[in-house]
Amino acid sequence: MTDAPKPGTPLVEFDNLKVRFRGERTVHAINGVSLSMQPGEMLGLLGESGSGKSVTLKTLLRLLPPKRTDIEGGVRVNGTDIKTLSGRRLAAYRGGEVSMVFQEPALALDPVYTVGDQIAETVMRHKGVSRRAAMDVALDMLTRVRIPSPERRLKNYPHEMSGGMRQRAMIALALACRPQLLLADEPTTALDATVQIQILLLLRELQKEFGMGVIFVTHDIGVAVEVSDRIAVMYAGNIVETGTTRDVIKDPRHPYTKGLLAANLHGAVKGERLDAIPGSPPALEEPPSACSFAPRCAFARPACLEALPPEIDLGGGHKVRCVLEQDQVKTPQPVEA
Amino acid sequence: MFTYLVRRLIYVLPVAVGVSVICFLLVHIAPGDPLTAIMPVDATQEEQAAMRSAYGLDKPLPVQYAIWIGKAVSGDLGKSIATGRPVADEVFSAVKNSLLLAFSASVIAFPIGLFLGFLAGYYRDTIFDRLVTSVAITGVSVPNYWLGIVLVIIFSVQLGWLPSMGAGPGGSGSWSWDYAHIRHLILPAVTLAVVPIGIVARTVRALVGDIFSMDFVQALYAKGLTHGDVLFHVIRNAAPTALSVMGLQLGYLLGGSILIETVFNWPGSGFLLSNAIFQRDLPLLQGTILILSLFFVGMNLIVDVAQAAIDPRIKRS
Repeated sequence: MTDAPKPGTPLVEFDNLKVRFRGERTVHAINGVSLSMQPGEMLGLLGESGSGKSVTLKTLLRLLPPKRTDIEGGVRVNGTDIKTLSGRRLAAYRGGEVSMVFQEPALALDPVYTVGDQIAETVMRHKGVSRRAAMDVALDMLTRVRIPSPERRLKNYPHEMSGGMRQRAMIALALACRPQLLLADEPTTALDATVQIQILLLLRELQKEFGMGVIFVTHDIGVAVEVSDRIAVMYAGNIVETGTTRDVIKDPRHPYTKGLLAANLHGAVKGERLDAIPGSPPALEEPPSACSFAPRCAFARPACLEALPPEIDLGGGHKVRCVLEQDQVKTPQPVEA
Repeated sequence: MFTYLVRRLIYVLPVAVGVSVICFLLVHIAPGDPLTAIMPVDATQEEQAAMRSAYGLDKPLPVQYAIWIGKAVSGDLGKSIATGRPVADEVFSAVKNSLLLAFSASVIAFPIGLFLGFLAGYYRDTIFDRLVTSVAITGVSVPNYWLGIVLVIIFSVQLGWLPSMGAGPGGSGSWSWDYAHIRHLILPAVTLAVVPIGIVARTVRALVGDIFSMDFVQALYAKGLTHGDVLFHVIRNAAPTALSVMGLQLGYLLGGSILIETVFNWPGSGFLLSNAIFQRDLPLLQGTILILSLFFVGMNLIVDVAQAAIDPRIKRS
């Protein structure tokens, strides 16, 4: 429902996005996220719980409760400011242009409707087709996500399916109207390890097939590396490092990214302690006025606590928010305790 | 679905037998001799014994039960000790009046309860929600016979708008849907409706509030449904539980209106029951309790089957 985007318009553009929740306790969930993403790109959004990954996705779909949420800054999808959408245009945008796969498919599907009906409902709403035609689309989608005996599964209720099958159905539902952008909110976290891989590969394949952009939220750096073209690392409501997957993994610049990589099980030696990042993320009751990671950072220096760290462009789309890069310090030595 | 229905029907049989045994025994466990109520005080031992054997009360309990249940199955519930009329006739005319009262109360209570509960769940934690919750708690907590008396004082005694007792001209067996009769129905039906309003409103409030906070509601918005579509999904999710609560409430209204029927002299099963108790009218008491219990069992069956029909999460096979 947006105007035809000019060539070269980014699919998604965040411009200094700030999201604050009001209530008994104010939480500054997103603190100045700026990020842009091209059509057909697969972006991994990486970070620990409470870093603002899910909030970023929900902001994109306008799913946050309007009465308790303040949103500042720009959010554009295909050049349209989505904060201006309402009513029918918002409904057409959700599920039509941008759709979402949720973390827990058992909870995200309506328990008293068949899977076929749930997919067909979206198709009917967006395409204005008959129920019969919508059911054909639903069948086609179930086949595409490789659910065995899809005709029979159309008539299944969510509780009659396994976890992996439900997530496949959820993906079929999300892609039924061929969105340009798919938001995947930890889609494999609730699944068994073997099923996880299958779902990841499926998502990657469908992304290529449909040429859509995907924002893939995860706290698992291994998963992010597996699927993403680019990675953005979030901490305390901001993106601390972003770049191509290769750059971020081979040459992480932010101490937090380094910590995440070091804390990973992959390549860990048996019997040795994992390098966990000490401490826990800030509560975000106040907007940050300095580097949020500084209290946990082994390389912290006085400048880190004085002002917000600047964003340093390292070239090739690799950007990092850290004073260390500003000072051109290549490999600082940690302060030995 | 058909096999489920058959299985559910088969389950009803042992329940019905159990109910009949309990009905029969309860009356015998209760203290007092049914004959003292109808025999003159100075009746001789022989006269008492004759009376006892006439009603079959001299036989052992299992034999009495077998005789009673054997006749009951063919529709003969014996004769009332107090009036000498067939218990079945008395019970069915009373049950008809009780059904009338229960359905009228439901027609008042269920729409109001559903409406208030839905709005309170939808506008959860607002002033409206708190208002509905306090109204619901008050409705459930206020003794309804007391409320009945208060309503009689206001609308019958003070204002003189509505009659305070009875089921209208012509007595218990002559109901018709005209003003003279409906006037008599209003106060007892409203009084009886108060508790189910509270229960239905509270249940639906909790139900709707919970459903709205579930993930799938957000997912429904995320796939581009309008607010109206989402409301429909929520109602569809709440329906099975709401339905079963209402069905059980209807059952309670049928059997639980003893006090209200007594306060308003409504010639229903509750009124009959309280008379039977005071007169120690054994056959009448047993017959009435049996019929009411079977109604309740039937109501439960209908609720279960209806719930299974509309809620796919209940296993049907």
